[in-house]
Amino acid sequence: MSLASFTTPTVTRSQTGVQGLSEKITVRDLEFFYGTNRALKSINMSLYQSKVTALIGPSGCGKSTLLRILNRMYDLYPNQRATGHVRLDEHDILSPSQDLNLLRAKVGMVFQKPTPFPMTIYENIAFGIRLYERIPKSELDDRVKQCLQRAALWEEVKDKMNANGLSLSGGQQQRLCIARTVAVRPEVILFDEPCSALDPISTAKIEELIDELKEDYTIAIVTHNMQQAARVSDFTAFMYLGELVEFGETTTIFTSPTDRRTQDYITGRFG
Amino acid sequence: MALESPNAIYNSRRRRNKVAVGLAIGATTFGLAWLVFILAELLWKGFSGLNLAVFTEMTPPPGGSGGLLNPIAGSLVLTVVAVMIGTPLGILAGTYMAEYGRYDKLTIIVRFINDILLSAPSIVIGLFIYEIMVAQTGHFSGWAGAVALGVIVIPVVVRTTEDMLTLVPDTLREAAASIGLPRSLMIQKVAYRAARAGMITGVLLAVARISGETAPLLFTALNNQFWSLNMNAPVASLPVVIFQFALSPYSDWQQLAWTGALIITMAVLALSISARVLSAQRKTS
Repeated sequence: MSLASFTTPTVTRSQTGVQGLSEKITVRDLEFFYGTNRALKSINMSLYQSKVTALIGPSGCGKSTLLRILNRMYDLYPNQRATGHVRLDEHDILSPSQDLNLLRAKVGMVFQKPTPFPMTIYENIAFGIRLYERIPKSELDDRVKQCLQRAALWEEVKDKMNANGLSLSGGQQQRLCIARTVAVRPEVILFDEPCSALDPISTAKIEELIDELKEDYTIAIVTHNMQQAARVSDFTAFMYLGELVEFGETTTIFTSPTDRRTQDYITGRFG
Repeated sequence: MALESPNAIYNSRRRRNKVAVGLAIGATTFGLAWLVFILAELLWKGFSGLNLAVFTEMTPPPGGSGGLLNPIAGSLVLTVVAVMIGTPLGILAGTYMAEYGRYDKLTIIVRFINDILLSAPSIVIGLFIYEIMVAQTGHFSGWAGAVALGVIVIPVVVRTTEDMLTLVPDTLREAAASIGLPRSLMIQKVAYRAARAGMITGVLLAVARISGETAPLLFTALNNQFWSLNMNAPVASLPVVIFQFALSPYSDWQQLAWTGALIITMAVLALSISARVLSAQRKTS
C-alpha cells in the first residue's frame, strides 16, 4: 500500500464514550511552525481528566511536537511558534502572557532519555519541591519519600539517598525523573517516549506506574510501540504527516478504526 | 605463514599507511625531543640552585646571597588578583553566550572578537594597560600588572565556559524547564553543576597561561628588588625576575633565574595535572 494514495485530509472522530468525562486540556485548530515549515495542521483533540491518552504515528508525524506544545517546551527555541487554542481547564496557555514556569509546574514532562539532574537522588526530588514550597526538613524528607514511593523507586534507593542520580540504572533514572515530576504536584504529566531507551522489565515497571498515576493525573504519552499504547491508554490519537487522522477510545481505534490509514498503521503495514 | 592478500590496491594502501604512520611518529619524536631536552636542562640547572633560601630570602644584589621570596609572593598576588578580575567576567560572558544569547548575532560577534583576544600577543595587552593605567597614574603598579594578566584570563575563561555549557545536553535544560525552573536557576543549579569540572579546568588553564607571562608585566607591574605587596607600587614577579636575571652577566643571578624557571614550570605542571584529573572525573562521573 503506497502512502501517496492517502489523500483525504478529513479528520475522523470517534465520539463514543466521551460523554461524562471532563476535558483537562482542549486543543482547537492548533497549527505549529518550525520557521516556515508547518509541522501540525489544524489539530483538534482533548485530554480527559484522569485518563491516559496515547499519541501514535510514524516518525516525524508531529506527535512529539504536539506534546511539547502542551507545556510550551518549544518556547526554549527560536523560530518555533504555535497558532490556535490550547486550553488547560479554562486558561489559554498559548497566550503570550502565560507564565511558562507556572504552566510547566502544572504540566510536567518525562523525556525519552532519562535526565536526572547532576545531584544526589534526594536533591533531584527536593529541588523541585523547594521551588514552590518552604517546608521544614522533616516534612521535606517525607515528601521526598512519598514521591519516590509514588514512582516505585523508594525500596531501591532508600539506603543511598546521597548517591548521585546518574549512578542509577536507566530504568531507575527514568523512575527518578517521574518522581521528580510528581514532586512539584502537577495536574498533567506528559510522557515523551518514556520507555524507548529502556529494557523490557523497566518498561513494564513504567507502564504499571503510568496506570497507577492516572488516578491523580491526566496523562498523555507519545509512543512508537503500539502494544504499549494499547496496554496503557484509554484514548488514542493517530497522527500522520502533521495531521490528527483519528482520535477516540483506544479499544475503538485498535479494533475498528474508521480511517484506512489508522488501520494500516496499527496492523503494521507502514511506520 | 600469515594470511597475505594478493590484492594490489589493498597492498599499496597498506604501504602508504606505513609511510604515513612512520612520518607521524617521526614528527612526534622530533617535537618531544626538544621538549625533553629543555625540561632536562631546566631540571639539571634549576635543581642545583634549589634550597631553602630561595623561598625565604629577597632577591639579592649582584654578588650577594638571596632568594626569590619577593617575586614568588608578587607572582602569587598578581595571579590571584588577575584571576579574581578575569574569572567572573569570563564566566558571565560565557554564560550569556551559551545560555541566553545562543542564537543571537551578538554572540557570534563576541565569539569572534574573543578568539582574536585569545591569540593576541600578550605584549600588546601590556602596552594597552600601560596606556590606560600606567600612563594615566604616572607610575607602574601591581594593579596594572594584575589587570593586564586579567585581560589575558578573560578570553580563556569565556571560551571554556561557553564550550562547557554548550556541551551540557539540551535535554537537561528541558528537564529543568519541565519542572518550572526559571532559566537563571537552571543555569546556577543544573548547568553549572554539569559543566563544573570543565569550567574549573578552564580557569586552571588560564592560571597556567598567565603564570609564565613576562611581556605584559614589563610595562605594568615592572619589578621590585625588595619585599612589597603594595599594589599601588611596582611589584616583583617571577617571570620578570627570570627575564632580568637570566640576561645579567652575574652567575649567581643566572642561577636564581634557572631556579625560578623551575619553580614556575613545576607550578604550571601541577596545575595542568589537576586540570587533567578534574576533566577525567568529568568523564567518569
